[in-house]
Amino acid sequence: MITSEQIAFSKETLELVQKMMLRYPEGKHKSALIPVLHIAQAEFGGWLSAPVMDYVASILKIQPIEVYEVASFYSMFNLQPVGKCLIEVCRTSSCWLCGAEDIIDHIEKKLDIKVGETSKDGRFSLKAVECLGSCGTAPMMQVGADYHENLTIDKVDELLEKFKTEDKQSRYC
Amino acid sequence: MSKKLLLKNDHVPYINKLSVYREHGGYSVLEKTLKNTSPENVLEEVKKSGLRGRGGAGFPTGLKWSFLARPEGVPRYLVCNADESEPGTFKDRYLMERIPHLLVEGMILSSFALGANTSYIYIRGEYFYVARILEQAIEEAYAAGLLGKNILGSGFNHDCYVQVGAGAYICGEETALLESLEGKRGNPRIKPPFPAVAGLYGCPTVVNNVETIAAIVPIIEMGGEEYAKIGVGKSTGTKLISASGHINNPGVYEIELGVPVEEFIYSAQYCGGIRGGRKLKAVVAGGSSVPILPTELILKTANGEPRLMSYESLGDGGFATGTMLGSGGFIVMDEDTSIVKNLYTFARFYHHESCGQCSPCREGTGWMEKILHKILEGHGTLKDIDLLWDIQSKIEGKTICPLGEAAAWPVAAAIRHFRSEFEDYVTNPESIKDIKHYYRLQN
Repeated sequence: MITSEQIAFSKETLELVQKMMLRYPEGKHKSALIPVLHIAQAEFGGWLSAPVMDYVASILKIQPIEVYEVASFYSMFNLQPVGKCLIEVCRTSSCWLCGAEDIIDHIEKKLDIKVGETSKDGRFSLKAVECLGSCGTAPMMQVGADYHENLTIDKVDELLEKFKTEDKQSRYC
Repeated sequence: MSKKLLLKNDHVPYINKLSVYREHGGYSVLEKTLKNTSPENVLEEVKKSGLRGRGGAGFPTGLKWSFLARPEGVPRYLVCNADESEPGTFKDRYLMERIPHLLVEGMILSSFALGANTSYIYIRGEYFYVARILEQAIEEAYAAGLLGKNILGSGFNHDCYVQVGAGAYICGEETALLESLEGKRGNPRIKPPFPAVAGLYGCPTVVNNVETIAAIVPIIEMGGEEYAKIGVGKSTGTKLISASGHINNPGVYEIELGVPVEEFIYSAQYCGGIRGGRKLKAVVAGGSSVPILPTELILKTANGEPRLMSYESLGDGGFATGTMLGSGGFIVMDEDTSIVKNLYTFARFYHHESCGQCSPCREGTGWMEKILHKILEGHGTLKDIDLLWDIQSKIEGKTICPLGEAAAWPVAAAIRHFRSEFEDYVTNPESIKDIKHYYRLQN
């Protein structure tokens, strides 16, 4: 668990964030909030704790509440800890038509967790998500930043094996 | 009918690289325009082209541009809507991934016409790897003097940035997108004022879809009048269609507007027919928000005319017997598909994506999802079908943004065209035992 004192971006990341803020007109640097939250989530364990959000507020010189209200609005921001490997299976229309539920059921059995849960060893979290824009290559899942498409049971098994040792927590890496 | 303007070079290896894009004529339109043409002329050509917004609404682009306020001393912005989140739609992703420079060239050309010195490409957060591809393209463009100060010696300055979202369908609505770009929750704004007057940071702003902005390049290359000759009637030019579902060849197709729907579904050049030689049951032609149509109405209009892939033909008959071209998200369902279950996936989607600002949408989308779940689980009654109808009618037109309609229309259309299936679910479940709710993977 990271304590508030330990929360700080590395020098390189800070430079990146400062550079990002220059993309916007003077005084409009709050626009950098969402990109910076992605970076924070990637750097501080895959989720946004209150101290991490407070830190982001201090960097952008805005009120903590302005960060909380944004972090809680967007589905890519995790406000609870997630496993080292975050698996998100799309289940909207086209993916459903092409077998997404079979994928979800298979992963649930294989990892012995339900959708929304994290495996006991903290390795895998499983989410069922809404359309990720991969309808023509359905069924699909996103693991970390990567899209895995045209899934079959064999392909899923192969990937799960690979992720036993590969961290795929954040989509911003 | 296979004219390609946007995807003519999509299979050229390394077309995502500036050098290869230029070998194939890339940025020559921009060079010529900056040298020989005025911003007014670019706007004029876009007006003549009859181009309509490719994000879904189909509003004439030239007209939208002409609304842009031009007060002295106030910056103007161009914002590209790359938030592509409408279920069934993946064309913008394909275009950006394959030919990122076409979008960048379109961004610079459009910004020149609008007098915008800064533009942003707002891309959905899940497309993170695509954002990286765009950033690389933009970097290359800066290094070649195609972006930045005094572009190609023209005196025109322009900066273009990529902004990632973080997972919210609502940010595809232009004012929600602007809120999100300002670092806020994606709550749509009340209009007026329209973004053309008070958009990003309160300044005049044009928000256009990826495909719309990319289409500016061939339009300026060939001239608006020539572009307008492509297509049919007021549906000018070409359109990217994202085809998915129970078809043999899912993928992105660039079609000349006016291709018959039947040809699009069955021709080997496009979808290649229904998977496994099965029969067609229904099509959602323009992304999840547009009304679903059964086979007989998607292939032919109520008057028996062949239905064409165009704004007018797909809309023929209004919502009673027609639908919309929308975003071009073309979802095909075979004979065994449960229309009720498919609708449930849409209802769940809209419930999840409602921003919560307006009560009819926030509450109504949840109720619709729950009632559909109840029907699917075998606990529904005939009254529930009427209740669904009642709820959708009380969302439509009563919300700040069109997410309300987007959630209501699919429910209304499914009941309108497939009421007997809903009734079978609640009164005679035995009769629908062969309908599929669950699809197994081929392995």
